[in-house]
Amino acid sequence: MFISGAKIIVETLIEQGCDTVFGYPGGQVLNIFDELYLNSDRINHILAAHEQGAAHAADGYARATGKVGVVIATSGPGATNLVTGIATAYLDSIPMVAITGNVPCDLIGRDSFQEVDIVGVTMPITKHNFIVKDINELADTIRMAFKIAKSGRPGPVVVDIPKDIQIGKCEFEAQAQPVIPYPVLFADDDQLKEAAEMIAAAERPYIYFGGGIISGRASAEVMALAEKIDAPMGCTLMGLSAVPYDNPRFLGMQGMHGHFASSMAQDESDLVIALGARFSDRATGNKARFNKNFRIIHIDIDGAELHKNIPAELAINADIRDAVERLCSLVNEQKRPQWSARIAELKAEEERRIEGARECTFQKECSNCTNPCSNTGIPAKDRLNPYDIIDIVSSCAGDAVVATDVGQHQMWAAQRYPLKTPRTFLTSGGLGTMGYGLGAAIGAAAATGKYSLLFTGDGSFGMNLNELATSVSQGLPVVIVIMNNGVLGMVRQWQTLFYGKHYSNTTLNRQTDFVKLAEAFGAKGVRVSTKDELEKAAAEAFSYGGTFLIDCLVDCNEFVLPMLPPGGSIDDIITEIK
Amino acid sequence: MEQYVIGVIVSNVSGVLSRVSGMFTRRGFNIDSLTVGETESSSFSRITIAFHGDDYLKDRILLQLRKLHDVKEVEVLRSSETVVRELLLIKVRNTPQSRQDIMTAVEIFRSKIVDYSTTALVCELTGETSKIDAFIDLLKPYGIMEMCRTGLVAIERGENCLKTKRL
Repeated sequence: MFISGAKIIVETLIEQGCDTVFGYPGGQVLNIFDELYLNSDRINHILAAHEQGAAHAADGYARATGKVGVVIATSGPGATNLVTGIATAYLDSIPMVAITGNVPCDLIGRDSFQEVDIVGVTMPITKHNFIVKDINELADTIRMAFKIAKSGRPGPVVVDIPKDIQIGKCEFEAQAQPVIPYPVLFADDDQLKEAAEMIAAAERPYIYFGGGIISGRASAEVMALAEKIDAPMGCTLMGLSAVPYDNPRFLGMQGMHGHFASSMAQDESDLVIALGARFSDRATGNKARFNKNFRIIHIDIDGAELHKNIPAELAINADIRDAVERLCSLVNEQKRPQWSARIAELKAEEERRIEGARECTFQKECSNCTNPCSNTGIPAKDRLNPYDIIDIVSSCAGDAVVATDVGQHQMWAAQRYPLKTPRTFLTSGGLGTMGYGLGAAIGAAAATGKYSLLFTGDGSFGMNLNELATSVSQGLPVVIVIMNNGVLGMVRQWQTLFYGKHYSNTTLNRQTDFVKLAEAFGAKGVRVSTKDELEKAAAEAFSYGGTFLIDCLVDCNEFVLPMLPPGGSIDDIITEIK
Repeated sequence: MEQYVIGVIVSNVSGVLSRVSGMFTRRGFNIDSLTVGETESSSFSRITIAFHGDDYLKDRILLQLRKLHDVKEVEVLRSSETVVRELLLIKVRNTPQSRQDIMTAVEIFRSKIVDYSTTALVCELTGETSKIDAFIDLLKPYGIMEMCRTGLVAIERGENCLKTKRL
């Protein structure tokens, strides 16, 4: 076929198995959008309200399906609006291809209208990026972008395509199959044997896993290993959903706002088996104190993560699924009754501490009169508690994909939501991007056809709420639960604990009516302040079939607990604030 | 802290130097010197990077470099098995009083005078870093007007070659 560059782009995307792309048109991508128009029966384009929302949607699509998410934006501001979305995907190792238009080659470098060096801008936040200056290289460059995005540790790739390349023509032949990733690394036999010996010699092994288990599709293997060696498991924020919440060996997320039992179990263990995790500062706290009590086996697909943050006694650079499966066959079945009994004690202690923390909150009266919850006249004990909100909503949500924004609500959802299957928890872990969630929820709903459930806060939601327009126009089943406490809760929590209660710029005093806002966008909105009201609203939301917003009034004195203070360790764990 | 010299074979494409140097900036690694040039194959360039650090830093740098798509080979060039050279061009004030001393220094260091005017001399010197440093120190009292040095280039002794099998 002798076809235009724009057609080559669309044909290559289809060839790579891409059924849905997210984006926003503009001057330098008009030709691509013309081809999307002509091929709308073969590839679906979802128009966002803002390129950032489109990037988060492509990211949500990728997280929910494991496929490469694709976003298209025009040059200049269109491209720079993608930057936060690309960085979010980069920090969480999400496969994504971002296609940007650029000014024609002969205008590059002249500060032309809407010209930005997006390759330069995105260099530190992509696995790799390209600018295509020869149409003969266009198809293979896009194929290479997909290959890089999904090989090894996944990540985003930018392909910048000047307009004259889109207009020009050349010969194109579609390939029968999408590109296959680079071959995986297999673990060394001797290293796996050494790992098996370390496990056999350990008395209190603990499995700590991360997002690598999801991208490496190793959930079953990790659970089998935990079962065989009788070890408890905890995970990072990115590891959530890899293992069902009710797996008896699973203690939940660990780290700064992790579960008491998992953080404690790790500290009391004598061997930590780290799988597809990178010991981020949020997961470890004080690095000098972190691994005082245990040895570490670290297995990861990215060799640069080994020994980077925390040195490991044994570091294995390998594909996680194969490595864990083979490790499992090398270890003997073991029972560790004493260790199991200690874990049970820790879980019981965790329950006691959660109850204790709740009592503390009930006793407080809202000190902040601009806070929405204080205007309802509801006594503190009847107000919606964050955990109750999650319990009530999740009981109605079925197999919905859960997305979050960033802040207190994110941590509450991470701690509490009963996640059952991998790829059902979409959250910005590494970058911590407020405003991530709505786009991600839209991408997931578009990808799966299932309900998406967004937990957000009134702060985060304010950042990208324009994507309500996208959700409504696409008729997507997106349920939005706002934990509305009138403050930027997580920052306020730090101000309470570490900044002498100087609530600098965290009291919003905004007077935004989220119900009217939802209606203005063509969505349905309901405000709730008690459990009964929420039960009714949640039931309605998950039969509504469209965009449904529930504005939950929450006390601004609710804290995310436990908390390891920044730079602190397990010794400093806070489980109660008086 | 030890000095390491690494040889890096990269694709000869635009932007590759930014990617490599940008990785150092982003990760907070310091470079002593960086040189780049074409190799025997026009598809590849060779970058020689010198830095000071410990074993941990050296490993971090190698691993992060290997993650870059355009980086094809990375190797530490051990000083005992490597020829390391640097080139210096230095302009010194030329006065009747200092001329003879400078000429003597040039001769002893096997440097060359590559430009001569009545007020300034340009000397060229090739050698290991310590030799270059010593030469500069020696010329300081005579008034260094300007100078530039290339940074290290390095190549392994004997049969060993830093080549890529990857395309």
